[in-house]
Amino acid sequence: MHIVVCIKQVPDSSQIRVHPVTNTIMRQGVPAIINPYDLLALEEALRLKDCIAGTTVTVLTMGPPQAEDALRKALSFGADHAILVTDRAFAGADTLATSYAIAAAIRQIEKKEPVDLVFAGKQTIDGDTAQVGPGVAKRLNLNLLTYVSKIASLDLDKREIIIHRRAEGGVQVIQTQIPCLITMLEGSNEMRFASMDNMFRAARHPLQIWNKDAAGIEDPAKIGLKGSPTVVSKVFAPHAKTIKAEQIDVERKTSKEIATAMLSKLFREHPKLHAEIAKLAG
Amino acid sequence: MAEKFDAIIVGAGPAGNAAAYTLAKAGLKVLQLERGESPGTKNVQGAILYSDALEKIIPDFREDAPLERHLIEQRMWVLSDDSHIGTHYRSDDFNKEPYNRYTIIRAQFDKWFSSKVRQAGALVICETTVLDLVKDDDCVVGVRTDREGGFIYADVVILADGVNSLLAKKAGFHLEIDPKDVALAVKEIHFLPQETIESRFNISGDEGVVIEMVGKITQGMVGTGFLYTNKESLTIGVGCMLSDFKQQKISPYALLEQMKEHPSIKPLLANSEMKEYTAHLIPEGGYNAMPKIYGAGWMIVGDAGMFVNAVHREGSNLAMTTGRIAAETVIELAAQNKPMTAANLALYRKSLDETFVMKDMKKYKKMPEILHKNPHFFTAYPELLNRAAHTMLKVDGVDKKSKEKEIRQSFVGKRSLFGLLGDAFKLWRAFE
Ligand SMILES: Cc1cc2nc3c(=O)[nH]c(=O)nc-3n(C[C@H](O)[C@H](O)[C@H](O)COP(=O)(O)OP(=O)(O)OC[C@H]3O[C@@H](n4cnc5c(N)ncnc54)[C@H](O)[C@@H]3O)c2cc1C
Repeated sequence: MHIVVCIKQVPDSSQIRVHPVTNTIMRQGVPAIINPYDLLALEEALRLKDCIAGTTVTVLTMGPPQAEDALRKALSFGADHAILVTDRAFAGADTLATSYAIAAAIRQIEKKEPVDLVFAGKQTIDGDTAQVGPGVAKRLNLNLLTYVSKIASLDLDKREIIIHRRAEGGVQVIQTQIPCLITMLEGSNEMRFASMDNMFRAARHPLQIWNKDAAGIEDPAKIGLKGSPTVVSKVFAPHAKTIKAEQIDVERKTSKEIATAMLSKLFREHPKLHAEIAKLAG
Repeated sequence: MAEKFDAIIVGAGPAGNAAAYTLAKAGLKVLQLERGESPGTKNVQGAILYSDALEKIIPDFREDAPLERHLIEQRMWVLSDDSHIGTHYRSDDFNKEPYNRYTIIRAQFDKWFSSKVRQAGALVICETTVLDLVKDDDCVVGVRTDREGGFIYADVVILADGVNSLLAKKAGFHLEIDPKDVALAVKEIHFLPQETIESRFNISGDEGVVIEMVGKITQGMVGTGFLYTNKESLTIGVGCMLSDFKQQKISPYALLEQMKEHPSIKPLLANSEMKEYTAHLIPEGGYNAMPKIYGAGWMIVGDAGMFVNAVHREGSNLAMTTGRIAAETVIELAAQNKPMTAANLALYRKSLDETFVMKDMKKYKKMPEILHKNPHFFTAYPELLNRAAHTMLKVDGVDKKSKEKEIRQSFVGKRSLFGLLGDAFKLWRAFE
């Protein structure tokens, strides 16, 4: 079986700051990490590789040359091959142009070895659109399975997969044919700790570096800024609001009195709350 | 069979990077292991970079190293509770290339240095902690990491794992570090627009200023404070001996908070936004607290070997120099096909003795003890000096002779004449 995992290197959003004067987002000096949702996808692919003999895992990323670090990390966890799709022509791509480029690259990969499963993160932490995975599936005409919490079974002979998927108010159990594209849900698994051998292998492994021609881009008008209809009208930091904190005097009071004081304050602030609770309590 | 290298370097701070770079450049098969996510993520420094030590390793480092500002002015402040007295040394000579000292941000600098190490051909592996040294009889033959299949072998292991080297301790090369031999430093980086920094410090372009401080800011503990200008931020910090923090039960964080409120410092930080807060130990025990720095199959470089000149706030340059010389020792022995025995590696110590590293370590060897025994250096004297300045400068109808007398009396009142002379003598001896 051949699995392709699409990953993206993203700035660690927990460390991004806003410039206090210009109010713009400061990316400089912010460490780059693999999008955490992509790691869930990679781990799931590696688990399949552990169970099914003869499985190879190829990681694919589109990004600047520094995205090499993300690929090496993926290799250290146990991926077999790594492809970096990088070209100035891809700069400024939105989700539409990105899914076009990634779909093209996967077609190139298929030329060498057919692809049975494609994994992608459910969304990225820097864009949060959750559009690229579905976009790739559509372009490659793959069955799309999003928010997967578990792969229940995979029958390679029948080319049948059964998965659990989170849906509003419950879990859907879905059976479909491979090839398909899967995005994994958080909490579904946890990334493994690489062995020393894999660390060595990852550090030395030659990466495949593809420019737009190698990635099989047919229509250059569909990539990069040119191929991106999205318009970002404004980037801004939300202003911090100051809310006056209130204190409840607890001196010489019983817990009951304190709780009552707290609740009555709450109800005063949110007049509808009382009715809502009453409704819930039936 | 586990892989074997010519040398394994533990740690990717300035000491480890200097060693790994020098060895790899000479064509040796080098493995460097770093526990941080990437080099620099675990490291803390003020930080001033001293060009000389780095030039001896990468002569053209100025071309692409991430440097913040070159230093043209040094201020030394002695602070009382609400004033400071001090000196400024500003020289146009420091404005002539090649510049002698720079401010840097370690996270970025270490990353750059590490990229050079990789380019030189070393294998650099991060997120991997060395747990133990592997020994054959008494000879170190490799390391064990925290990863599955973690045994790796080498002819020599260079410990560049920073202050309080757990590895050296585990291997029995030195004892538990004494709290009186380490300082605990806390620092913050405060963001400020470039123009604000330039106007506040009277600098332009890439010029930079350093302020080193002693006095009441350390609340009677042995220590110093500092403030450095970066391109778009200021670094402010304070460090005191760990034993003092323990004894006085003062939290380092509270100490820094109070220091930032000092009327001489507060305006410099006005309207800035805190970007980063870090804490780190500095080995300040000096020459007398140094562990053994080499043995069969191993050497210690940088902070792990106590190589810090606390009086001059030099550490990274000693780290780089010890790293380079340890590497040169290995290169020389390998070229002569000599094994890495303790007797052969003694060359490392011998070469170091010839450099500023050992000469300065020896010169200041009495300093830690003198400072420990004389806490009034950090309380009474700053107070007296500031009072003296105040008395002399305030025009209030009192004649100057009476003012001089008052100052003299205030000094003798705080500290006997004998004590004053003794202090002067002790300091003179320590700096001699
Ligand atoms: C607040 C502060 C201000 C300072 N200011 C200055 C200054 O202005 N100028 C100056 O020259 N010096 C300064 N110093 C001192 C300077 O930072 C140090 O001397 C210098 O960093 C020492 O370098 P090193 O490579 O020996 O250790 P470190 O830089 O501490 O590097 C050690 C490395 O080893 C890694 N490591 C540790 N254990 C293991 C393990 N078991 N396995 C794998 N990796 C491991 C660590 O993660 C770390 O990356 C300052 C220090 C502090 C704390």
